Amino acid sequence: MEASLIIVFREVLEAALVVSIVLAVTKGVAGRKRWIGGGILAGILGALIVAYFANGIADFAQGFGQEIFNAGVLLAAVVLLSWHNVWMAKHGRDLAIKVSAVGQNVKDGTEPMYALASVVAVAILREGSEIVLFFHGFLPVYTLQELTTGSALGLLGGVALGAVLYFGLLKIPLKYFFNVTSWLILLLAAGLAANAAKYLTQADILPSLGRKIWDTSWLLDEGSFLGEILHVLIGYSAQPSGIQILFYALTIVIVGSMMMAVQRQMAKKPS
Amino acid sequence: MQRIRITALAVFAALALCLAPTAMAETMEVTIVIKDHKFEPAEVRVPAGEKIRLIVVNEDATPEEFESHDLNLEKIIGGGRKGTFVFGPLDAGTYKFFGEFNEDSAQGVVIAEE
Repeated sequence: MEASLIIVFREVLEAALVVSIVLAVTKGVAGRKRWIGGGILAGILGALIVAYFANGIADFAQGFGQEIFNAGVLLAAVVLLSWHNVWMAKHGRDLAIKVSAVGQNVKDGTEPMYALASVVAVAILREGSEIVLFFHGFLPVYTLQELTTGSALGLLGGVALGAVLYFGLLKIPLKYFFNVTSWLILLLAAGLAANAAKYLTQADILPSLGRKIWDTSWLLDEGSFLGEILHVLIGYSAQPSGIQILFYALTIVIVGSMMMAVQRQMAKKPS
Repeated sequence: MQRIRITALAVFAALALCLAPTAMAETMEVTIVIKDHKFEPAEVRVPAGEKIRLIVVNEDATPEEFESHDLNLEKIIGGGRKGTFVFGPLDAGTYKFFGEFNEDSAQGVVIAEE
């Protein structure tokens, strides 16, 4: 039971933190529950499909299919999150005014929800498929009851932490809310990009550009609880390789400058 | 914008410098077997300064997620299957790895020697 609790908790935590951020930034958007609910369902369905084809995926590309698949999914999420951020840079100010004026529900068609719903779907697909593989693989070893009890507790723990993040984010004053969450999403995206680079290095597709540029494991171990949370949220890595740092920095520089350019353009226009 | 461009260039230049040693390294192959949720051998010795191709053969019926924070590796290997990882070149030292699905028993180290 203990093993399933820890593994499910770890995987659920990653997905739950992403879902919490998406839920927080879309608060007040009409129809968001349907979109995000749909994203969660699509993610679960996708996780089952990916787990079913796991061996086929793994055998692909001289045995590096899993890496390519993971990197592809991660980079897709990076693009979707970046797109959301640039959109937010353009409309965030209007949205903040509207949300505070109306109290809540902004009309449909303001936020491109399919981007964020897709982010939710791919986060759940990636983490969920690992849970399915674990569950299926260990069903002969542990009893079904042990597995389900452990998984249920792990799921609860992960969702509870996601809820803490969600309500924490909502505490941010509206004036700063879209700014803070945009930068948070940018760091999240940069972390995912760095993670994709890690997979592609492991598959010998990208050079590591220096295996370990620095080592902060003495300060915060990546396997520790806080280390794992920060790994998900801002891409913390105790021993990052050069290519991970490059992907991280490039995401921030490229998407950050796009956000700032759009914001500057919007500031010139009278609203 | 100008400052961003300069920063990006600096990042590139710094990383390009790190690239040089990687390009010269050769690839050496080592194999580890997973059996009864343990690694065999649990201690792998490799030469420092060489790129390593690690093949992990999972002889258990259950899947295992081979993972190492020290080596930046992570992959699920299905029951009765094998997985390949490429890493290094390493500095001399000890690098831990583990099986995430059986962390109590599946522990091992790569020791890189000069």
